[in-house]
Amino acid sequence: MPETILELQDIKTHFPITKGVLFKREVGVVKAVDGVNLKVEQGEVLGLVGESGCGKSTLARTIMQLVPTTGGTVILQGKNLTTSSASEILDMRRDLQMVFQDPYASLNPRMTVFATLAEPLLVHKICTAKNVAGHVAKLMETVGLASRFMQKYPHEFSGGQRQRIAIARALALRPKVILADEPVSALDVSIQAQILNLLAELVRKMGLSLIFIAHDLSVVKHISDRVAVMYLGKIVELGEASAIIENPLHPYTKALVSAIPTPNPDEERNRKRIVLPGDPPSPINPPSGCTFHPRCPYATAACQTTEPQLEAFQGREVSCIRKADI
Amino acid sequence: MSLLSVQDLRTYFHTRNGVYRAVDGISFDLERGETLGIVGESGSGKSVTCYSLMGLIPQPPGRIESGTAMFDGVDLLNCTPAQARSIRGKRISMIFQDPMTSLNPYMRISDQIIEPLMIHEDITKADATKQALEMLDAVGINDAANRMHYYPHEFSGGMRQRVMIAMALITKPELLIADEPTTALDVTVQAQILELIEKMQHDIGMGVIFITHDLGVVSGLCDRVQVMYAGRIAETADTRTLFHQPKHPYTRALQKSIPAMQPKGTELYTIQGLPPDLSKPVAGCSFAPRCEFATDLCRAGKYPELKPIAPGHLQSCLRVQAGEF
Repeated sequence: MPETILELQDIKTHFPITKGVLFKREVGVVKAVDGVNLKVEQGEVLGLVGESGCGKSTLARTIMQLVPTTGGTVILQGKNLTTSSASEILDMRRDLQMVFQDPYASLNPRMTVFATLAEPLLVHKICTAKNVAGHVAKLMETVGLASRFMQKYPHEFSGGQRQRIAIARALALRPKVILADEPVSALDVSIQAQILNLLAELVRKMGLSLIFIAHDLSVVKHISDRVAVMYLGKIVELGEASAIIENPLHPYTKALVSAIPTPNPDEERNRKRIVLPGDPPSPINPPSGCTFHPRCPYATAACQTTEPQLEAFQGREVSCIRKADI
Repeated sequence: MSLLSVQDLRTYFHTRNGVYRAVDGISFDLERGETLGIVGESGSGKSVTCYSLMGLIPQPPGRIESGTAMFDGVDLLNCTPAQARSIRGKRISMIFQDPMTSLNPYMRISDQIIEPLMIHEDITKADATKQALEMLDAVGINDAANRMHYYPHEFSGGMRQRVMIAMALITKPELLIADEPTTALDVTVQAQILELIEKMQHDIGMGVIFITHDLGVVSGLCDRVQVMYAGRIAETADTRTLFHQPKHPYTRALQKSIPAMQPKGTELYTIQGLPPDLSKPVAGCSFAPRCEFATDLCRAGKYPELKPIAPGHLQSCLRVQAGEF
């Protein structure tokens, strides 16, 4: 039985909306993440999908403890991060690393590749200043970069190469879990394929757990073992990747899957698209009951009042009160 | 006669670091009512092609070195500014990628939408506003009568793109150029916008040039697809042929590298290396340095010409033309 490495229990991240300058009053709250339960096993790739504003990046930042949690606990290897002190969290970061979306913004333009990769090694005392160069060279080779580029600056690299540097930086501390927030969406398809292959290879070779956040379902399906679909701060469906994408059960997942254009003209022309009306509602004032009901083609009166829970159904978890009827 | 006929278009950018050949000799035709997809990676020249047609290339540093683009008897690349003004925004419209930055934040939606009508047609403001309202209804903005007086920041991304489309279509153009209109949007919103463009095309009967890097979007929407690489057309064919019988090694490699077309868990095909630096001319085929089938013949001489291998199916690979595969 694989070991659970990261566990999220009822995570809530709310941001207050304040008004006034001197006497700040709280006039509302953005429920960016609102009650997420998840377990990530060792060596597993968990895909996290959803539209912009659904809270997937906030969830990643909450796991990293880059934003304060409003409620719930993040447990990494049996240790609760939400109640840990700042120095304990710094220690934990060794096991929990992040790769960001935009490799043009996430690397310091004034630091050479060597400086960027040496910094975590020295901060966490993985090696001494004397033999750091060897470590950096090895890291660069791991991600497919020639070590002779060590003294170059980020602007001298292409987007794909920069993302490799960002991945190398995340790998420097030999973490157990990597959170990758849209790591390929800023890249062209031919480069995207290189980075996806690299991530898959690293997971396999190093036994890493990877939380892969993306909005592109075909990319997520390709790399993930399991997929969690988020809508308005909540997980609406969770299960095995191919099963979810080939046979979605939640009405939102159904719409999301049907909205992806397939690169096959015959299929594409005969396919029935479910076009959802409107835009995702605001997380400031989410709809009552099931938050998806105003856009859901299957919604009934009960959906407006009953808040659905994520429940086991046909070998996965679905949060819809009508899951058996549709 | 074709609605638009582009011949040997070359757009170069003259910078301090050299001459970038962004578009280097492309020719294509578009029929009335046809949808042409232009796909390619960033830097392949797909946007510069359309900007050249619309006269939106900043000059300098850009310069249209050669070429003609005949649109109903007028050469868009060599016409007088007055001719260009009478066509642009009326008979040819354009939708841009980013609806967040392509609307004027200081103008009400209503004023922005009626602007093309007020400029191009002899119409009163009241009549123009009436037409704008109908157009907003047609693109699916609820409560348009009220909402048209809003400012762009009060709209979501999908709604702004609808406004952009309404603005582009209000003069009933014969040609619509859409430059990655859904790239900045979520998939569910993308589905709405694609459906809308399809419906509008059906209603107005216009020709569409649809620029994208997403092969999936192209497959459902376009009649014909043109694959661009390093400022040139690598392959062009009707959509079904291009997806089912791609010939050019670049088209094939592109298809093999998208996860949606590969079985799960398999290693994705990757194209070695990087796109060429457009400021340094490559001898022979510009894809040869990354091509696994390249021979010495591919790496020498001039860029291979685009030649038909079947009716309507043109491609530029020498080895395919020689019948080697």
